Amino acid sequence: MMRFLLLFSRQGKLRLQKWFTPIPEREKKKIIREMTTMVLARQPRSCNFLHWKDLKIIYKRYASLYFCLAIENHENELLALEVIHRYVELLDKYFGNVCELDIIFNFEKAYFILDEFLLGGEIQETSKQIVNRCIESSDMLQETMEEYMSKPAF
Amino acid sequence: MPAVSKGDGMRGLAVFISDIRNCKSKEAEIKRINKELANIRSKFKGDKALDGYSKKKYVCKLLFIFLLGHDIDFGHMEAVNLLSSNKYTEKQIGYLFISVLVNSNSELIRLINNAIKNDLSSRNPTFMCLALHCIANVGSREMAEAFASEIPRILVAGDTMDSVKQSAALCLLRLYKTSPDLVLMGEWTSRVVHLLNDQHMGVVTAAISLITCLSQKNPDEFKTCVSLAVSRLSRIVSSASTDLQDYTYYFVPAPWLSCKLLRLLQCYPPPEDGAVKGRLVECLETILNKAQEPPKSKKVQHSNAKNAILFEAISLIIHYDSEPNLLVRACNQLGQFLQHRETNLRYLALESMCTLASSEFSHEAVKTHIETVINALKTERDVSVRQRAADLLYAMCDRSNAKQIVAEMLSYLETADYSIREEMVLKVAILAEKYAVDYSWYVDTILNLIRIAGDYVSEEVWYRVIQIVINRDDVQGYAAKTVFEALQAPACHENMVKVGGYILGEFGNLIAGDPRSSPLVQFNLLHSKFHLCSVPTRALLLSAYIKFINLFPETKATIQEVLRCDSQIRNSDVELQQRAVEYLKLSSIASTDVLATVLEEMPPFPERESSILAKLKKKKGPGAVSVTELEDSKREGGELNGGGDRGPDTSAMSASNASTPSPSADLLGIRSSAPAGTAPASAGNLLVDVFSEAGPAAPSAAVNDDGFLRFVCKNNGVLFENQLLQIGIKSEYRQNLGRMYLFYGNKTSVQFASFTTSVSCPGELQSQLNVQTKQVEPLVEGGAQIQQVLNIECLTDFSDAPLLNIKFRYGGALQNLTLKLPVTINKFFQPTEMSSHDFFQRWKQLSQPQQEAQKIFKANHSMDTEVLKAKLLGLGTALLDNVDPNPENYVCAGVIQTKGQQVGCLLRLEPNAQAQMYRLTLRCSKDSVSRRLCELLAEQF
Repeated sequence: MMRFLLLFSRQGKLRLQKWFTPIPEREKKKIIREMTTMVLARQPRSCNFLHWKDLKIIYKRYASLYFCLAIENHENELLALEVIHRYVELLDKYFGNVCELDIIFNFEKAYFILDEFLLGGEIQETSKQIVNRCIESSDMLQETMEEYMSKPAF
Repeated sequence: MPAVSKGDGMRGLAVFISDIRNCKSKEAEIKRINKELANIRSKFKGDKALDGYSKKKYVCKLLFIFLLGHDIDFGHMEAVNLLSSNKYTEKQIGYLFISVLVNSNSELIRLINNAIKNDLSSRNPTFMCLALHCIANVGSREMAEAFASEIPRILVAGDTMDSVKQSAALCLLRLYKTSPDLVLMGEWTSRVVHLLNDQHMGVVTAAISLITCLSQKNPDEFKTCVSLAVSRLSRIVSSASTDLQDYTYYFVPAPWLSCKLLRLLQCYPPPEDGAVKGRLVECLETILNKAQEPPKSKKVQHSNAKNAILFEAISLIIHYDSEPNLLVRACNQLGQFLQHRETNLRYLALESMCTLASSEFSHEAVKTHIETVINALKTERDVSVRQRAADLLYAMCDRSNAKQIVAEMLSYLETADYSIREEMVLKVAILAEKYAVDYSWYVDTILNLIRIAGDYVSEEVWYRVIQIVINRDDVQGYAAKTVFEALQAPACHENMVKVGGYILGEFGNLIAGDPRSSPLVQFNLLHSKFHLCSVPTRALLLSAYIKFINLFPETKATIQEVLRCDSQIRNSDVELQQRAVEYLKLSSIASTDVLATVLEEMPPFPERESSILAKLKKKKGPGAVSVTELEDSKREGGELNGGGDRGPDTSAMSASNASTPSPSADLLGIRSSAPAGTAPASAGNLLVDVFSEAGPAAPSAAVNDDGFLRFVCKNNGVLFENQLLQIGIKSEYRQNLGRMYLFYGNKTSVQFASFTTSVSCPGELQSQLNVQTKQVEPLVEGGAQIQQVLNIECLTDFSDAPLLNIKFRYGGALQNLTLKLPVTINKFFQPTEMSSHDFFQRWKQLSQPQQEAQKIFKANHSMDTEVLKAKLLGLGTALLDNVDPNPENYVCAGVIQTKGQQVGCLLRLEPNAQAQMYRLTLRCSKDSVSRRLCELLAEQF
């Protein structure tokens, strides 16, 4: 199974963290620090896999963002790379040309999309169409524009 | 204000996020966050009921703040409220907050579970999915208790929507991983297995993760999945790339499902049914064939997905290890990848080949790639790829290529990355030993290792070379000659001096005939290094010198002079000084015969598994271990590795050695018991220690409760200490819960092996006290301290103490120690302040004779008021002033918190300074508590 997924910028700013097993907050912060330093220190065109403790770290850079996925030892590295890629595609499809800002300002959406794609550290649905349909239909469930406009602004 | 907000964008949230982004400094950010927190808090506390939208917005802001890395201590209730909103987006935010922020022991869990239950039974698939996602994300035991029986039903029900089934399958998997005892598949087993046949690929993809996990745990019950998996795989593999529509990923049909199916099959041996097996072999062949076809797309996603399946198929082939044809094809395929332009593929090919190297069918095929792998070791840009190449060289090494591989690894070591040097050194040392045909090659290799990478040569490595030289008399002369030459170098590594000192001290006589290495020359050479060395090495050299006196009487005067000089005999280091003094004395009073007996050559060491191998196994993950284990089992046919071909005389010697301590250790017995430090006298011990697993087992020690009573009135301190080990305690208690930190300090400079601790509650204590802990690391390095945490729950009042048992190996001997842990009933006191009036009223209420316990005893310690007060406060009760009419007396009150009940306790201590006596009276609402407290306290004053 997958253990965690981190998204961080080239400056090491964390943009998304998803933990598939319960981990104490302090431990999480430590792991985040370790991952960012480890991955950011890698030379370009190195291989995308690292051994870390008893896990494999699979990372890939998309524009300004690093996606860093930790999987258990027997899991398939290449497929993990494609898990990352599929997630990027899903974000891209939803936001349309996704960029780092989209994920910052709509972080909750990024989590919702992830929950449709991965659950409990395993793949739930690999079909791009189905995941997107799911997210779009949940967007349809939100308030009407009229309701929205009548809300206090701040 | 960026225009990136999408969907039901919450404007306030977007503004807040951009504010944070505009903060110039960390301080500004914190200030902005605090302002926001205050705002949200006031909104939540305000009299006006918040509408759902505002609540959602604020909860979302809190979540954002938390994800930025700040603590959030409110808002949970509002999030839980959102769960029961019937607006989807509000519910969704509520669930997200809960998933990210609520830990399993939250008090809110019952409310959350309630909301989840409602959503699960709502029959609205989107709500059901949200609820299932939340269970899977939190995955706590409480949730397992509440839902483990419900979810299988949802999973297999005929009318459940596909998307809900998918979530249910993975949710169940999550719960199974947290609480396997609560997830009972029994009646559902066959219906779950049949999900492999489901029409919806998404359902199969989700379900197979669950099935794989369950199969690993109960292979027999899930056996039927094998044939289903094979036929599903076969359908996918033979489908055209467009057949599966959206489940085709960059022209590869269902890569995720294919890999999962291949992974599931790896839980089982090859299918017994011929037809099923035939079909599977066909699939595997098709996958291997496809690898040779031209790619359908140039995109890396295409090749990744395709090769992911290929690597998984190869894993299955290796797992079966029974189809020579497939194994060799797999090997050739990986061979092609070794030269692929994609770094990732080269990396994976090297890694996969490691396992292939251990199969007898493909070992030879792997070996044909040796040049490519050596080249990779030399030219790869990425250190992690080089590391894999080194691993593979290690795995493919056998008698035929050992010299080449060891030579390549040695030359690579000269420039190797620091991060992998230590491991490389271990590997070279192991290979050199394992495949040594003549031991002079072995000695050369190890000395080269020390020369090239001395800093990375761990103790195990140089101990091992000495052990082997001592056990094999055919190599001793050569070893002496070689170290002598190596020591000629103007700058040589300290490890070289250690090996040199030891070997010349034992076998210097074998080369003393040559005038170029006459005794005095040898001595002067060693002594020229002396002053540059650390204390442990100098200690070792001193022992080499005394051995010289025995080997070469003609050096006696020179050496005595050295020993006698102030820098030795008055050395500020106790160990060195003692050695100098004792050796000097020994050399001047003992007769030649005595000297010869005392300083006799070291007896051979008992043979056991190389400790270097053990160390490597520890360094590497379990994957690497299996490789070496396989090799171990392969080499049974008599490698030249000491153990197999030891003559009867040596075994007789080591037998006699086992019964009496080694001669040098005995006489040089500077310290009669173990803490050996680094002395060569103890270097003998060290070696025995390092190489032995089974020493004489120490009988289980009687329970040690020396420290126990000292902790009744305090929570921190040293519980136990002997020459080897120090155990410190820190503890804290709240209500009926406690946490105790145990610190095990290794006082020696030698590693403790097989270090295990266990805590037990004898007899009825088991039902009174719940103590939980995690196992500690089995190795405690010399001088190191490790920590263990105990979580303690007091279920009901108790009198006994839990026992802590510690076992470890030191100096070959098993140390076994049992201590009483100072968990006493008074630790669960909550102080109670009360007036004089209240105190005496309660005192009278507790007037039944058995509720009172009294003791009159002599003072053992100072009767100083401040000391007494401190002790009584440490007891955990409230010390009440102005209660007792006699100001000399002390009265205390407290409530003992157990899980089941609270026990009120009153205490009165009446000192009589003249008689140096006390009278202690306890009255508690439970008589057993009065008695126990009285016993405990009577020893404290």
